[in-house]
Amino acid sequence: MSTRASTLTGRIMSAPSIIVLFLWMAVPLGMTIYFSFLRYNLLSPGTEEWIGTLNYEFFLTDPAFFASLANTLLLVGSVLVITVIGGILLGLLLDQPIFGRGILRLLVIAPFFIMPTVNALVWKNLLMDPVSGMFAWLASLLGLPAIDWFTNAPLTSIIIMVSWQWLPFAVLILLTALQSLDRDQKEAAQMDGAGPVSIFFYITLPHLSRAITVVVLIETIFLLTVFAEIFVTTGGGPGLATTNIAFLVYTQALLQYDVGGASAGGIVAVILANIVAIFLIRLIGKNLDN
Amino acid sequence: MGAIRLEKVKKTFGTLDVIPGVDLDINDGEFVVFVGPSGCGKSTLLRLIAGLEDVTDGKIMIDGIDVANEAPAKRGLSMVFQSYALYPHMTVFNNIAFGLKMAGESKEVINEKVQSAAKILNLTDYLERRPGALSGGQRQRVAIGRAIVRNPAAFLFDEPLSNLDAALRVNMRLEITGLHQDLKTTMIYVTHDQVEAMTMADKIVVLQAGRVEQVGKPMDLYSKPANKFVAGFIGSPKMNFLGGELAAKHGCHEIGVRPEHLVVSTESGVIPATVKIAEHLGAETYLHVQSDEFGAMTVRATGEMPLSGNDKIFLTPEQDRIHRFDAHGLALG
Repeated sequence: MSTRASTLTGRIMSAPSIIVLFLWMAVPLGMTIYFSFLRYNLLSPGTEEWIGTLNYEFFLTDPAFFASLANTLLLVGSVLVITVIGGILLGLLLDQPIFGRGILRLLVIAPFFIMPTVNALVWKNLLMDPVSGMFAWLASLLGLPAIDWFTNAPLTSIIIMVSWQWLPFAVLILLTALQSLDRDQKEAAQMDGAGPVSIFFYITLPHLSRAITVVVLIETIFLLTVFAEIFVTTGGGPGLATTNIAFLVYTQALLQYDVGGASAGGIVAVILANIVAIFLIRLIGKNLDN
Repeated sequence: MGAIRLEKVKKTFGTLDVIPGVDLDINDGEFVVFVGPSGCGKSTLLRLIAGLEDVTDGKIMIDGIDVANEAPAKRGLSMVFQSYALYPHMTVFNNIAFGLKMAGESKEVINEKVQSAAKILNLTDYLERRPGALSGGQRQRVAIGRAIVRNPAAFLFDEPLSNLDAALRVNMRLEITGLHQDLKTTMIYVTHDQVEAMTMADKIVVLQAGRVEQVGKPMDLYSKPANKFVAGFIGSPKMNFLGGELAAKHGCHEIGVRPEHLVVSTESGVIPATVKIAEHLGAETYLHVQSDEFGAMTVRATGEMPLSGNDKIFLTPEQDRIHRFDAHGLALG
């Protein structure tokens, strides 16, 4: 935009979408904040009244809150580690000139296009079911007892499912980054006497740092709100073993019909997400600058 | 030491013979330029010597030892890439130090060598910068610095100046020539620019389609080209090739006359022609002329020539500067 007129035109033209997007965010947020200060239960309509920060006190002192906070962080952290490391390894593999690379790439990317509920059902019924699942069958071939995944390792099961869903995203971003690595740089390092391992750590990994940052930031945003996988498989249980913040808010609102308490939980979740975001951006966001 | 000898070096990609078999001797301390049009295999030949490509057949001897199956780093050669191939996330210091670090040198040795290389290349003030914050010429120097510190048997340059602008290119050309005079290390330099070849080389290797057309000193190639290809490739503007009766009179299929070896006259001469375009450069004048018999020709005349479009002129080749070629394009003695 060079002239004042064209700048003004640009602003006017983009204004409607910006205004809509702003309202789209601001109105629900404002209403949630408002509800979080009300006693507002769907089972006793008409009794709404201002109760100050009582909802927050209840939510934050609830033992379920701490359990679900821990679960959320564990889930996000584990999936990030698995997808980033797995994504780099798979990316390196798919970057090699191997037979059937095109089809292989397609297959690797595919899970990302499966909706989370379907993903969860496939894992629950076809793979992890202790009676008819494939893992149980594989175990029986080896003479091992079947594992009842969702009873004995509920959070691990969720982590596996979510990782499977998000690994393709990491592969996609990291593979693209790998392909943009200048071949001359690798050759120069080769001339400098660097072996494959040195080339990976000194050349490839630094080159990927930006892509890794993008993967971590984007995945974190979505992983903080994992819901479908939990809802379809464990329902947050056994006990609170797989309840994360998002699921806790859901139980407040739609199982206990406590809209006020759920709104308070929602606001807490927003604040937590922001804290995580600030840490992440401080920690790795500077990678995006250069 | 850095005497390099290629024996029947062959490279095929699939069914494509890129290098059908090259024999070449490069003496220790020589500045050798591989020159040829794009796609002639000169870069491939350099990469074969560097070890970045595997030879299909043949031997690459460095100081008498066959290294054709050695890893690139084991050959003791350094390479400067066309794209510089600097490591973007490392400082200039670390870029230059990387090879030494990989070789397991101590910190003191690395520091000393990097500092002395930086001094030679005027990079001392930039050691803490990243490549992204350097100009093209500086990046080029970092790439050369990275090559120098390894104290190689020979330097390999792969079209190192083609990413620089014209003024800088002339500068860097002088710097590299100066560097060669100081270090007296063998250098192999790949370029498609015959001016670089003529000005820098001790020995020029002219390549076409993977074959060595001629090897020799720059002035030998200029005055005694082995064939039409070399004659046309070396020298700028290009040599004029004239056939017909004029060639028959000289007892050959075609004669070649360089633009600077045509005498221009407005009154009489062997070849009548019409000036199409006259380029006045002050010190010399390029005339692009049209002759009825030979078509488009180029003349390079010294000094200022008061000629312009559509002027009728006569051209006369200098008798002892005529190159004669047979029907296969080979030079006749």
